[in-house]
Amino acid sequence: MYNLIGAGLVVIGAGIGLGQIGGKAMEGIARQPEATGKIQTAMIIVAALLEGLAFGALILGKGA
Amino acid sequence: MKIVQKSIKLLTLVAIALCSFQSFASDSGKKDNNQNDGGVVDTKSEVDKYIQHHIQDAHDFTLFSYTNDAGERKHVGFPLPVIVWTSEGLKTFMSSKFHHDDNGEEIVTAGNVKLAKIHGKIYELDAGASKVDFDAEHHATNAHKVLDFSITKSVFGILVVGFLMLFWFIRLARQYKKKSIPTGFGRALEPLVIYVRDEIARPNIGEKHYRKFTGYLLTVFFFIWLLNLAGLTPLGFNVTGQIAVTAALAIFTLIIYTASGNKHYWKHMLWMDGIPVFVKPILAIIELAGAFLIKPFSLLIRLFANITAGHIVVMSLIAIMFVMRESLGTVGSTGLSIVLSILIALIEVLVAFLQAYIFTMLSALFIGMAVEEHEHH
Repeated sequence: MYNLIGAGLVVIGAGIGLGQIGGKAMEGIARQPEATGKIQTAMIIVAALLEGLAFGALILGKGA
Repeated sequence: MKIVQKSIKLLTLVAIALCSFQSFASDSGKKDNNQNDGGVVDTKSEVDKYIQHHIQDAHDFTLFSYTNDAGERKHVGFPLPVIVWTSEGLKTFMSSKFHHDDNGEEIVTAGNVKLAKIHGKIYELDAGASKVDFDAEHHATNAHKVLDFSITKSVFGILVVGFLMLFWFIRLARQYKKKSIPTGFGRALEPLVIYVRDEIARPNIGEKHYRKFTGYLLTVFFFIWLLNLAGLTPLGFNVTGQIAVTAALAIFTLIIYTASGNKHYWKHMLWMDGIPVFVKPILAIIELAGAFLIKPFSLLIRLFANITAGHIVVMSLIAIMFVMRESLGTVGSTGLSIVLSILIALIEVLVAFLQAYIFTMLSALFIGMAVEEHEHH
């Protein structure tokens, strides 16, 4: 039970983080459209790392 | 003309495969008596079981199964070879000998060893035992697992995709030798190859070293991408959702960036410059854990979890059709299920590409960190 709540909390955190990444990346692209490619690459890497964290929490939460 | 000949060959192969489907379908499903309980089936648990079954690897290739009017369970698909290392050495036979039994009831005798399949794993019965006994937690008490080298559904998928890639890319390479532009399907592959080289390998690894690693990155990109896409077809592959497959891919990346690390990389990892001496060992431990555990672990977990979660979501949305039929009616539940699963399937096509891209990207990034040259510092 508690592991599921913990996994849920981690996913909420990851969701907030993903929102921040996406939002800031869009701000950056709006400010400097010529840097779109670089910003997108960096955004996807950070999003992937964050996603890995969220999935890790889900798997541990389900398995424990 | 060549194309016509090739399509005829392909059609013949498909026809042969379909014929073997038929023969395989007819000899199966003789004992399935849990359908005879008055037709009352718990849809939710049935769906749950079905999804679990799909997520796991299997010893035969089943496209779908159904119960006919006579109450027999029919499976449509074809068997795959079972190759196991038992106490008597290597044993091979076709998985159709198990007759789709997954509860250890069907005993296959190969030489002097008796084998049974329990939840997708093959067990060898101890000497003198003639049937599998289970304890309260449904663990077999008189049987043990054997080393399993079988061509399972996932291995079959890997082989198919591997041969497809060999065929396509060898042809592409030959076309470049003859003239400068590829023809036919090669034209669709060329931009992807260029993309991986110029957008993933070159900026992350650096102008000097990228050529050496582009081959690996291209292989891993197309392998993951094609297997992800194969998982979205109704063939029922879930290869990149097998943790063993993603772990093997992550270990390849680990070996490559560890083996190609230059002295700056090891210096940075083991004895970092510009920090107090007593912090250096602590940082070395953190860096070592990062390089050997966290980096490959994040690679393998991300791919595995994304693909598994995607498959579960797609299948759950399809299952809405059955689960919500009572509250929404047949038309309502079917319509809802179709709309939602088409939308999610489109997202999954994107995810299939994105995960291949991210795996390749992070591999390139890790390799780039290992081969990076420091002029200053």
